Amino acid sequence: MTEKQEIRLAGFGGQGIILSGHILGKAAALFEKRNAVFTQSYGPEARGGSCSADVVVSDGAVHYPKVGKPHVLVLMSQGALATYGGKIRSDGIMLLDEDLVNLEQNAEGITVYRVPFTRIAEGLGKRIVANIVMLGAVTALAGVVGYEAMKQSVLSSIPPGTEELNLAAFQKGYDYGVALAEGKRPAV
Amino acid sequence: MSDKDVLTGEHFIHGDAACAEGGLAAGCRFFAGYPITPATEVAERMARRLPQVGGVYIQMEDEIASMAAILGASWGGVKSMTSTSGPGFSLMMENIGLGMMTETPCVVVNIQRGGPSTGLPTLVGQADVMQARWGSHGDYGCIALAPCSPQECFDLTIHAFNLSEIYRQPVFVMADEVVAHMTERVVIPPREKIHIVGRKKPTGNPGDYLPFDSAGPLPAPMAVAGDGFHVHVTGLTHDERGYPVITDVVQERNVRHLVDKIRDNAHKIISVEETALEDADVVLIAYGCTARVARQVVEDLREKGLKVGLVRLITIWPFPSDLIRRLADRVKAFVVPEINYGQMAYEVERAAAGKAETVLFGVMGGSVHTPEEIEDLVMEYL
Repeated sequence: MTEKQEIRLAGFGGQGIILSGHILGKAAALFEKRNAVFTQSYGPEARGGSCSADVVVSDGAVHYPKVGKPHVLVLMSQGALATYGGKIRSDGIMLLDEDLVNLEQNAEGITVYRVPFTRIAEGLGKRIVANIVMLGAVTALAGVVGYEAMKQSVLSSIPPGTEELNLAAFQKGYDYGVALAEGKRPAV
Repeated sequence: MSDKDVLTGEHFIHGDAACAEGGLAAGCRFFAGYPITPATEVAERMARRLPQVGGVYIQMEDEIASMAAILGASWGGVKSMTSTSGPGFSLMMENIGLGMMTETPCVVVNIQRGGPSTGLPTLVGQADVMQARWGSHGDYGCIALAPCSPQECFDLTIHAFNLSEIYRQPVFVMADEVVAHMTERVVIPPREKIHIVGRKKPTGNPGDYLPFDSAGPLPAPMAVAGDGFHVHVTGLTHDERGYPVITDVVQERNVRHLVDKIRDNAHKIISVEETALEDADVVLIAYGCTARVARQVVEDLREKGLKVGLVRLITIWPFPSDLIRRLADRVKAFVVPEINYGQMAYEVERAAAGKAETVLFGVMGGSVHTPEEIEDLVMEYL
């Protein structure tokens, strides 16, 4: 059985965290025909509260649906760092929104990538696509699902008429991630 | 319009949405409900989808009215359902009893959260298991199904409708918050691959029709109001025509019928998933989201060569007493993980009758057992 991959996306309500977890899980389950379980946790607030989206991806059956210590942890708020920062596998990958999350010390063994998800989205004129920028970077850096599957999943999950904006956001995030992986520090 | 009721294909949806789609595929065309976390998404989906297929969605003033409305719709000839969670399930109990007494087919989806009372609105519980069985006053038979995945939310909601038509009574889909809010691939088959039980209508002379005839192994066909058959529906103890007869003799026949139609057919209704039971020394009994954890436990411990098996309850009611009784003769212990302080464990203990130990592993709600903690407990009994 192939080892499971566990991914946690965390931030505050309104950032599109839950939707991005859905898109990630859908990419694996429908567009790569693997098994994926997406679960979420959130408080009673409509927005502004903390929230997280957990996705488990596997080629085998996924019985236990919860994520304990994820392989990939994406943090889009300082509060999310405080809540989830310590819960990551010792060889995990961490992606941060570099303008929103201040991580003073990297834990040993963990690969940290800093991406200005929100600033890149603002550059496209819409801050709300920060989550799609993030998915682009996750696609490039986390090795969970492939580019085409994620792109198809994004396209099938967004409101009609927003394809161009979302694809631009996805591509920007992806390109930024690829550059980071090559050790470059791209300008936004 | 009709092609929109069965969304054949692969979907990535949560259990709540899958319950709604299951209802639509089964032919449900009336939903009355009151929103409540974590079942709101069932109603939300129905509110959007029912108008697309010519159905009716009503948001009611509360849950007892919701229950009354779906009973009325059912007597109007339409398959009907509602969804709720613990506090609403409590409120529905009086009219659930009315549904049992009037032998009215319908489906109640209960997405269990932590209780009692308001409890844990957004978090998981499995503590309505006994309420489903005994919640309304008086004696009646109970059918309750416990899905463990969004796919099963779809499949078992259809099955619940079928059983409700065959046995002419409300049937419960007892999901839990984890399964309901979990999103996975759900495959909706082509329409012709889905088994649907339609409503059996009476034939013959309307004057001779007995809507509550209890002579046969199954309830009488159900007339639709307006079809010319004389129908009287009451919550009072009634004779075969449906007219109140307040005597011990008719009560005897009435109640025995309501209980026996399920008890005598239990072997046909009961559904379990058996895993690695052949040589098992310890058997896990689990349902809903907890059954997924139990599957992981069996997989992990079998890899280590340990003799552990699983009975996953797909029907939590009727309970598979015979299976537990047979297993009790040869296993050392039953371990029952559930998200309550002991409900199904009592049923297991009753069936095991002292021949094998029954060990409850209860968590009170808000979280799911981890495989590791169940494994540690199982090891103590191997």
